[in-house]
Amino acid sequence: MTHYSQPLEFTGLTRWFDSALRSVMPDFWAIFIELVIVGIALLATYAVIAMILIYVERKITAFFQARIGPNRVGKYGIFQTVADVLKILIKEIIHVNKVDKFLFYAAPFFIIVASMLTFGAIPFGKGLQAVDFNIGVFYVTAVSSLGIIGVLLAGWSSNNKYSMIGAMRSGAQFVSYELSGGFALMTIVVLTGTMQLSGMVETQRYCWNLFNGHIASFVAFIIYLISGHAETNRGPFDLPEAESELTAGYHTEYSGLQFGFFYLAEYLNMFVIAAIAATVFLGGWMPIQIKGWDAFNQIMWYIPSYVWFFGKTGVLIFISLWVRWSFPRLRIDQLLNLEWKYLLPINLVNILLMVILVLSGLTLTQIF
Amino acid sequence: MRTFSQYISDLLKGISSLLKGLGVTWKEFWTKKVTRQYPENRDTLVISERFRAELVMPHDENNEHACTACGICQMNCPNGTIRVVSKMIETEDGKKKKVLDKYIYDLGMCTFCNLCVISCPSHAIEFSNKFENATFTRDKLVHQLNHEGSKLREKKKVVKEDKE
Repeated sequence: MTHYSQPLEFTGLTRWFDSALRSVMPDFWAIFIELVIVGIALLATYAVIAMILIYVERKITAFFQARIGPNRVGKYGIFQTVADVLKILIKEIIHVNKVDKFLFYAAPFFIIVASMLTFGAIPFGKGLQAVDFNIGVFYVTAVSSLGIIGVLLAGWSSNNKYSMIGAMRSGAQFVSYELSGGFALMTIVVLTGTMQLSGMVETQRYCWNLFNGHIASFVAFIIYLISGHAETNRGPFDLPEAESELTAGYHTEYSGLQFGFFYLAEYLNMFVIAAIAATVFLGGWMPIQIKGWDAFNQIMWYIPSYVWFFGKTGVLIFISLWVRWSFPRLRIDQLLNLEWKYLLPINLVNILLMVILVLSGLTLTQIF
Repeated sequence: MRTFSQYISDLLKGISSLLKGLGVTWKEFWTKKVTRQYPENRDTLVISERFRAELVMPHDENNEHACTACGICQMNCPNGTIRVVSKMIETEDGKKKKVLDKYIYDLGMCTFCNLCVISCPSHAIEFSNKFENATFTRDKLVHQLNHEGSKLREKKKVVKEDKE
């Protein structure tokens, strides 16, 4: 494998920083400082991505509705979300009387921590992954599904029928769609033979998983997008917070920063789903490369890996917004029909098909 | 077996209709945006002709209006927005005549129902398009509609001359 020059990567910087720290202090303190810095960096990324996403969503939503969207605060309204965040930070948190106090205040943290934890395992770029688990896919799905506990706690502790119904709907929806989401990822685990996210990115160097397993991969990709979309409680699947029926669903009673946590987590979950889909199906941070075309590959490597990652994720987020503003909200029985009568059976057949494809050597990399 | 083919055809039909919906929104995404940027577009702003923003009494170039101070508008107004103050004057030929002194219109009370304009027998008042009526105090909303020193437009002058 030839080595291409990668002028804009962070790998050199991080390696230099690590050796510099280790030269002046014992290993324990070096690692400790690195962990703190990585944690702060992840938190900062989390906040910045959320703000960018909120702005992008409002703009794209406006375009889909033939409007301009935010355009007053700064050029093209780019500081709109900054203003909104500042506003939500200084808002009063209203203390509701007849709630289960402990659970009520714990719920937003469950949600935000669940979406935060996944950030540790997502490969943002070459060498930009906090923890590279050998069971990365499993970890990400397990941790991101913790968020539902927060939703259920919020609905239960609010002592409010709208919140309760919203949380119950969300629970039913989440448990159902977690199944097909997990199966869709499992299909790709069968294809790549690894659960490690970095390994998955590496196997997609010349052929994305989406194309490698052709039919089976494509079906798994579509199913993952649908179920991921449903897990984020957005778009046509937003019946847990159906405004016309349930006021705001499970976060009806929340205000100020606590509501902000729910709001942030919703956007970040959208990002996490898109990031996992990009990593697992579309090659993650790996630039587009073609075997043997060294000059072309070198040009592709000049574009840094994090740009590739965020580009692919951005396309998927756009698709999710596009879907959100195209389709009407489902009824709860239609929602469960879609999962249990369509997605799950198709998924089970699909995973079998993928096993057959892999065993009989019919994937694209095995054929060519 | 029939139900299975039904299942498959339902699925395909569903997917195709979803794709059609996505196509519609995709086209909408690229259409020209219809938002009007209000304070900046004052020069090109188009307000519908029938929009009722504020009651006005049109005066001609001789500072004459058509109001005979009959008070029908005041009587028809459902919430006491209009107050017609009249005065008696003596005309040149010694007749007493009721003319308009002040036409007081309280914008803050008006519901823009248009009943005054409809009921006016001499078409003396109408609604204008000037909609930027915000003020800082409520008493600035009370307007006097007849201009200073204006008088009634003499319609029957020509007829009178004929008679003499």
